Amino acid sequence: MCLAVPGRVEEIYEGFGSRMAKVNFGGVVKEVCLAYVPEITVGEYTIVHVGFAISRIDEAEAKLTLDTFRELGMLDEEFATEEQHFERAAASPPAECDSSSCQTEK
Amino acid sequence: MKYLTEFRDGAIARKLADEICHTVTRPWKIMEVCGGQTHSIIRHGIDQLLPPSLQLVHGPGCPVCVTPLELIDRALAIAALPNVIFCSFGDMLRVPGSEKDLFRVKSEGGDVRIVYSPLDAVNLARRNPTKEVVFFGVGFETTAPANAMAVHLAKKEGLRNFSVLVSHVLVPPAIEAIMQSPANQVQAFLAAGHVCSVMGYWQYPPLAARYRVPIVVTGFEPLDLLEGIRRAVRQLEAGRAEVENAYARVVTFEGNRPAQELLSQVFEVTDRAWRGIGVIPQSGWRLSPAYREFDAELRFQVTGIHTHESPLCRAGDVLRGAIKPTDCSAFGKECDPRHPLGATMVSSEGACAAYYNYGRFISADELAHA
Repeated sequence: MCLAVPGRVEEIYEGFGSRMAKVNFGGVVKEVCLAYVPEITVGEYTIVHVGFAISRIDEAEAKLTLDTFRELGMLDEEFATEEQHFERAAASPPAECDSSSCQTEK
Repeated sequence: MKYLTEFRDGAIARKLADEICHTVTRPWKIMEVCGGQTHSIIRHGIDQLLPPSLQLVHGPGCPVCVTPLELIDRALAIAALPNVIFCSFGDMLRVPGSEKDLFRVKSEGGDVRIVYSPLDAVNLARRNPTKEVVFFGVGFETTAPANAMAVHLAKKEGLRNFSVLVSHVLVPPAIEAIMQSPANQVQAFLAAGHVCSVMGYWQYPPLAARYRVPIVVTGFEPLDLLEGIRRAVRQLEAGRAEVENAYARVVTFEGNRPAQELLSQVFEVTDRAWRGIGVIPQSGWRLSPAYREFDAELRFQVTGIHTHESPLCRAGDVLRGAIKPTDCSAFGKECDPRHPLGATMVSSEGACAAYYNYGRFISADELAHA
């Protein structure tokens, strides 16, 4: 029961004495109570628990987190200081040399 | 799907895991409190991406698992009464009571219904005015707003044939109980993101300070979990003990104010027994005096309950993080999801069920004989 999933608000209406919505979870549409997220509008995403929207997903925050991940993946290698490059090289195991010329020199 | 697929990116996951490996210099134990997170970790193999010195300890955050046996037996007794429609979330069906489970009560003629939302139970009460409709209101702070609204609506409409068997438990007192245990080995917590979406995380800074323990609010997708772990490890290595929010797209510091307001009207804090753990003071909610007329425990005076736990089951040790499910001698042998000895083998959040269902922890030979 605790597995909450993000869904997109498709339609808002009155029912059950409360604001209700049709929310689309990747193709499955469920009726959801919006009493706890009065500010949400059609097209926004929400986290739903046992038929209740409990949180509006903050698009800007989601983007910020994804940007941080992307930077972590790429930009840190690109913009690392010389010191950081040496630190990283020291921490990782030495690369195996499979060059035959290398072996003949030995 | 938006907000799911982008948080499951394998390449970024490996980068985050690398970053964690580079940061870790010593052994650490981090507890993910929520059973939903345990399932995500095992299902996506996140534990296998981490350095061996970094251990994830699975916490007690599975409401189905910690609902006390006495209350399960009470639910079974009420569900078997004539003229009662007993409504529950689907994951309670197979939770073993002392002698049977809800599924068995249904097969013996009890009117047991599975509902998706507590509002479905309210609707059943509206449509069946001559029946008593009882809803099994279990869960942590995440499920509580839905259950609170059901009771609130029933009161507003004067639905006299609706009641709730309440067994709500709270996360912060559980964290406190774990930190106070003399045998505790947990050094940092991943706080359950969806509990915090309701309650915020304003309750956590005093805990982090008092017990010198980092607490990171964490989501449920693979990248969310790795980011939570990365932040916890960074704090541990730097000797910091702060509260961080790694799930900001869903969680704010204050949490959901309208939900908290109704919760404080409908419920009041009480001591609760946790199955396998024991009584934790001030660790749950019961209906407040204004709503107590909807308490199924008071409405149906069930007597003669004698609880009996399986002597083989070590669910309590699993829930406290003292052992892994596979350390239990009954795991995959006397106990599996079809014949569970304890609730941790049943639920979609139970740690034993996670280990069993994702299969990596059982040899092919054991599976063949299961």
